[in-house]
Amino acid sequence: MITLLLILIPFVAGLIAFALKQGSSAKTFALLASIATLAIALAAVFTPGTLGYDTAWLNSLGSRFTLKADGMAKMLSLLTAIAFPLIFTAVFHNEYKKSASFYGLMLLSQAGLMGVFLASDALLFYFFWELALIPVYFLCSIWGGEKRIAVTFKFFVYTFIGSLLMLIGLLFMYFNTADQSFSIESFYAVKLTASQETLMFWLFFIAFAIKMPIFPFHTWQPDAYEQSPTATTMVMSGIMVKMGVFAVIRWILPMFPNAAAQSANLVIILSIIGMIYASLIAIRQDDIKRMIAYSSIAHIGLICAGMFTNNSTAMDGVMIQMFSHGVNVIGLWIIADLIEKQLGTRSMNQLGGLAQKAPGMAILLVVMALANVALPLTNSFIGEFLLFNGLFQYNMIMAAVAGISIILAAVYTLNMVQKVIYGNLNATTEQATEIPFNIKLALIIITLLIIVFGVFPQPLLDLTGDSVSALFVKK
Amino acid sequence: MNAIIFSAILGVVMMFTGIFTNKKSVITLTAIVALVILLTVNLLNSYGLFSIQIDTKDLLHFNKMGMFFNTLVIGATLVFVLLSGTEIEKLGDKTADYYALIFFVLCGTAILTSYNGMLMLFLGIEILSIPLYILTGSDKHNLKSNEASLKYFLMGAFTTGIMLMGIALLYGATGSFGMGSVGAGALPPSSGVQGPAFLQVAGLLLLFAAMCFKVSAAPFHFWTPDVYDGAPSVFTSFMATIVKAAGFFAFIKLFASNANLLGPTWNILLSFVIVATLLAGNITAVFQRSIKRMLAYSSIAQAGFMLFALYSNNDLAAEGILLYTVAYCLATIGFFAILMKVKDYTFDGFNGLASTQPVLAFVATICLLSLAGIPLTAGFFAKYYMLASVVKAGGPIWIVIVAVLFAAVSVYYYFKVIQSMYFKEGQPETSQITPQFKLGLLMVAAAIILVGVLPSIVLNWFYF
Repeated sequence: MITLLLILIPFVAGLIAFALKQGSSAKTFALLASIATLAIALAAVFTPGTLGYDTAWLNSLGSRFTLKADGMAKMLSLLTAIAFPLIFTAVFHNEYKKSASFYGLMLLSQAGLMGVFLASDALLFYFFWELALIPVYFLCSIWGGEKRIAVTFKFFVYTFIGSLLMLIGLLFMYFNTADQSFSIESFYAVKLTASQETLMFWLFFIAFAIKMPIFPFHTWQPDAYEQSPTATTMVMSGIMVKMGVFAVIRWILPMFPNAAAQSANLVIILSIIGMIYASLIAIRQDDIKRMIAYSSIAHIGLICAGMFTNNSTAMDGVMIQMFSHGVNVIGLWIIADLIEKQLGTRSMNQLGGLAQKAPGMAILLVVMALANVALPLTNSFIGEFLLFNGLFQYNMIMAAVAGISIILAAVYTLNMVQKVIYGNLNATTEQATEIPFNIKLALIIITLLIIVFGVFPQPLLDLTGDSVSALFVKK
Repeated sequence: MNAIIFSAILGVVMMFTGIFTNKKSVITLTAIVALVILLTVNLLNSYGLFSIQIDTKDLLHFNKMGMFFNTLVIGATLVFVLLSGTEIEKLGDKTADYYALIFFVLCGTAILTSYNGMLMLFLGIEILSIPLYILTGSDKHNLKSNEASLKYFLMGAFTTGIMLMGIALLYGATGSFGMGSVGAGALPPSSGVQGPAFLQVAGLLLLFAAMCFKVSAAPFHFWTPDVYDGAPSVFTSFMATIVKAAGFFAFIKLFASNANLLGPTWNILLSFVIVATLLAGNITAVFQRSIKRMLAYSSIAQAGFMLFALYSNNDLAAEGILLYTVAYCLATIGFFAILMKVKDYTFDGFNGLASTQPVLAFVATICLLSLAGIPLTAGFFAKYYMLASVVKAGGPIWIVIVAVLFAAVSVYYYFKVIQSMYFKEGQPETSQITPQFKLGLLMVAAAIILVGVLPSIVLNWFYF
């Protein structure tokens, strides 16, 4: 029942939000709804064991409305549930035209995301996968930047092609299940020949790789992040990319272990190429948003490489890093949005000296930046350490090459810090004022999350331990 | 039997209403009542409560699937008249005759769902087509309408010739018009020929070409854009949905049992037609400036998907074609009803519709999402069943992948309309929109979503 509420609250609240009067009532309502979801998510996290919900849906198709929350699902629904109140708080004072629709769509996308993480039936999973996409399409296209229509459409078509390929995979698996069912257990039990398994692996993996995104499927991402309204960018980079990672762990690895092992080298190499390539581009960026976007590709590349190393250390790292990256990148976006809203520019060269004008913001930006570099005592240090550890066990050379990205991350992130908050004030940054309370609140919560899980990551590891061990027992 | 008899009688009744009244709204109301009567008698027939029995010498064979399909088609026509009846009234002063022709089309449909031999197939196709030639040209002061009508008639007549030739060859080979005559087992035992006779194969191929023409499958689709574009929009909507679905039903019924006669060649032939249809429909639709013309090409593209039912030819395909009919008819009729209210048929003509007419824009979006096959709309399950039936039949994965890639292409042109409505600024001119019309549209949207969430509603009804 708890799991159902996690989807139902944002879904119903989203539909109600459309009917609300345009104006401030919608945002307050959305904030309250997301806090309610957070409370339920916390309840789910503190309820031990696997939670489930099951009811009949499309019996004739062999599909049921089955939700299941194991450790990984709980962790990701917690991330989703934390992210939305943070986002709503941070953008509380932003003015959106037709705000009721804006918040309605945001809540609908939250429902879709929750559904993706909780669904335990392949067809249901597919439905939620799309439900998460459609609201985001509208959000970006209506409230985005100048080039929004073309850019968002590119994003949509990319992911839609991926989804459809996955649908073929789902159908093929379905007709190979013993009991003609879409349930995850039946899918796990399917026995395929080696060549079928490889084909299926790629049909699914391309869908998920586009979502993550993994090189060379990433070209939609920087533009989409840049053009979307920042609140949506936060959802996309903080949570939606985790859909891809999650889906690989939930569906691909248990269903096609052999094909995954065979293709591991290729996938890891692609991921590492993506990491280095995105880091190098990030160094050259002048636009803060684009820099964060490329840095995000690099981080996700590491997570993806870790997933395919087939050892539990790396998998622990993946779990921690999914959560950490989600939280940290939202922090970075909040600051990027703040700077853009206050000063009307995202170009680093036009910024400088913000530390003098807004010391509070400078401190918080440094914290986010350090977390992005994965400095010890921040949450992403734990994740990246475990990931590199696992990658090292898999292949030393690959780990060494991937390790370059740590240095590169420091280069682009600290370069950004330097250009934005140090140096001299100029005409643009003269107007900067101290950070408003709502944003400060959101950033302080993120800072706390960064430091608490950086020092004491054990609760996260305990939470997701069952998912990781299940993955390795099965093999 | 009920559907055939009553649609013919009601057609005549509609013709005579024109004598008794000149008020067009009364005529439309009569048509709605007549459709409800037709729907009721057909339902009574399918539940076995009331049916007129006539010995047809086995020329017609009524089964549940056919009668259910009649129900869907009559229901779709009812929705069509309820939404677009006022548009029919606007076309000249022959309103009663137009309705009469629509009923005759339904009569043809009812024959096509129950034919049990080439003769009846031919009659059904002709009864279906001839009223359409007239309806296409009904806007008689419009040159494009006349051109479309003439083009449709000439090409249709030519196809009829091809069809008759095919039937004649089959008759020559087997000496019978019956359905079984085309079956593999129907070879005259004395012929001593192993496998199908040359005449049989030739006859079947001619029939195949003729049926491809009727459902506008490539490479026999060239008439479609011009005819759909030239015909009055209200009749385009009727032709593109109800008539096309009926054509498909007949097509599938004809080849479901006979395809094996062509052996493995059949699959190659059909794959070629499917891919060509998807290619021709989707790629050309991308480049259209007029939404009406885009919809004409998109209807070709949708036909490509429907052909999968023929390819897989199993139980999922049968359910799928019913679901596809429902999904496609609802979405297309709904969208055409909105299109007719907008003055300018280009994409730019829809700019900003969301701010001036939010209800229209919303329903149009639902219809387009359904046509594109986005989950939670009926169109998703329609496409889903088609793909599933092919995978189930063990068809090659490549053809499924090609199909979904084209489905992704179709998103481009459907979403271009959504982009115009929601993301661009403009003041589109619309004609008078009544609250009843909006309510009707919202009900169509609700139906699309309902079927999209619970497709079993339609299918359970089919199985009772």
